[in-house]
Amino acid sequence: MCFHSPGSSSSARVTVAVFPGLFSGWDSGSALAHCQLKKDSSGAGLCPVPLFLGSKSLSPAHTPSNRGHGPPTYPEACGNIWNSFDEEFLETQEQLKKLQEEGHLMFQQVPMVEMDGMKLVQTRCILHYIADKHHLFGKNLKERTMIDMYVEGTLDLLETLIMHPFLKPADQKKDLVAMAHKAIALYFPVFEKVLRCSGENFLVGNQLSLADVILLQTILAMEERIPTVLSAFPYLQDYTSRLSEIPTIKRFLEPGSKKKPPPDEQYVKTVYEVFLS
Amino acid sequence: MAEKPVLHYFNARGKMESIRWLLAAAGVEFEEEFIASPEDMAKLKTDERFMFQQVPMVEMDGMKLVQSRAILNYIATKYNLYGKDAKERVLIDMYTEGMTDLNEMFILLPMASKEEKPDKIATIKDKTKNRYLPAFEKVLKSHGQDYLVGNRLSRADILMVELLYYIEELDASLLDGFPLLQALKTRISNLPNVKKFLQPGSQRKPPLDEKVLEEARKTFKL
Repeated sequence: MCFHSPGSSSSARVTVAVFPGLFSGWDSGSALAHCQLKKDSSGAGLCPVPLFLGSKSLSPAHTPSNRGHGPPTYPEACGNIWNSFDEEFLETQEQLKKLQEEGHLMFQQVPMVEMDGMKLVQTRCILHYIADKHHLFGKNLKERTMIDMYVEGTLDLLETLIMHPFLKPADQKKDLVAMAHKAIALYFPVFEKVLRCSGENFLVGNQLSLADVILLQTILAMEERIPTVLSAFPYLQDYTSRLSEIPTIKRFLEPGSKKKPPPDEQYVKTVYEVFLS
Repeated sequence: MAEKPVLHYFNARGKMESIRWLLAAAGVEFEEEFIASPEDMAKLKTDERFMFQQVPMVEMDGMKLVQSRAILNYIATKYNLYGKDAKERVLIDMYTEGMTDLNEMFILLPMASKEEKPDKIATIKDKTKNRYLPAFEKVLKSHGQDYLVGNRLSRADILMVELLYYIEELDASLLDGFPLLQALKTRISNLPNVKKFLQPGSQRKPPLDEKVLEEARKTFKL
């Protein structure tokens, strides 16, 4: 995870358009990152880091310990990683239209993340860019491919969670049952086995990767709806607890962070207003 | 001599077709094992080669790859069709994800009911004409180069051309007003590997017709 200085002499701000609450399903990862390059007290600019790894603001006490001296070890990196980003929430159709008409959205859609001089759209593209940049994509092509497979599988599950609030109330109960079944029969057994067989703390290459972040996000979001969903998976339970203790992740899971709450009626209403009114 | 990749899927386009295109364009010969019976389908649940009990699955380089995006990412990287650096890669990703959104509408179209079909077709035509083709025509116009990214062939060009063929199949007039994309289609189609793949008798799959779909519904009790 890099936090070396890009040599910038001024703050760069990037904005992203997002719904309040929309990406409670997506907030770990990148969908909402508004990354801010800031100077720390020593005058060096610091790289933005993914939303899911950090807390809101740079504290002067958190200066990197091995700036520019090769990849930091995992505990150092996590201890020193911070993240600061801003968010622009979509609340009205006018805001969306403005973004579309001004050409900020390549396919007229959100999420959109502005970073490093680019206006990135398409969630997977954004996730990959951030993961690449911050060494969360494995050490080689084989690890990268394993991470890809796990992420894609997990996203299939996460997507059903994202769509869930938009179902008719009468259909929602059935959907939860189907979702739980999918998780328990198709996806969790795979990851349980990976952890059991490797004895490691992470899914791939014995270090934190995008696969762990997306899986953690999905597990936590599922537990909000189905609290017992992990009951048959002891390794996943341990894994979830351990990952949640990683300092940057822990900060993100605390109240007051930018992690979004479970989607509610207000959120569904806002989405309909912005897109369909 | 290295073994050829083996593709596991139905004998149909679906989610495997883009993988077939990419391998073909890269000049990689491959073999296919088709899911043709309920017994083959049942195997997905018990055969550990299928990580999430699903297809596509591609056996290559000692791995059993699943998830179409993961498979495409691996092939593109291996055969240098994924740009030369992170900045090119992110553009390729953005473009191909947009194309994939449109491609998915084509993939799902045969599955729509008779009542739903006219609406779905209208949506595809609208999105093609007003959202996707303009975005990619603009990219080509912005740099005036022969390829979408980095002035050389990438997976973005190959997926774009695959999609242009589906658009043409649906309604050739949709391509009117997009001269640069039409030129891209011609140029890519003339590359030797792609030209070969476009010929009859290749492993390229035809569109799903009503009869084949009815048969599949019966066979797999869908």
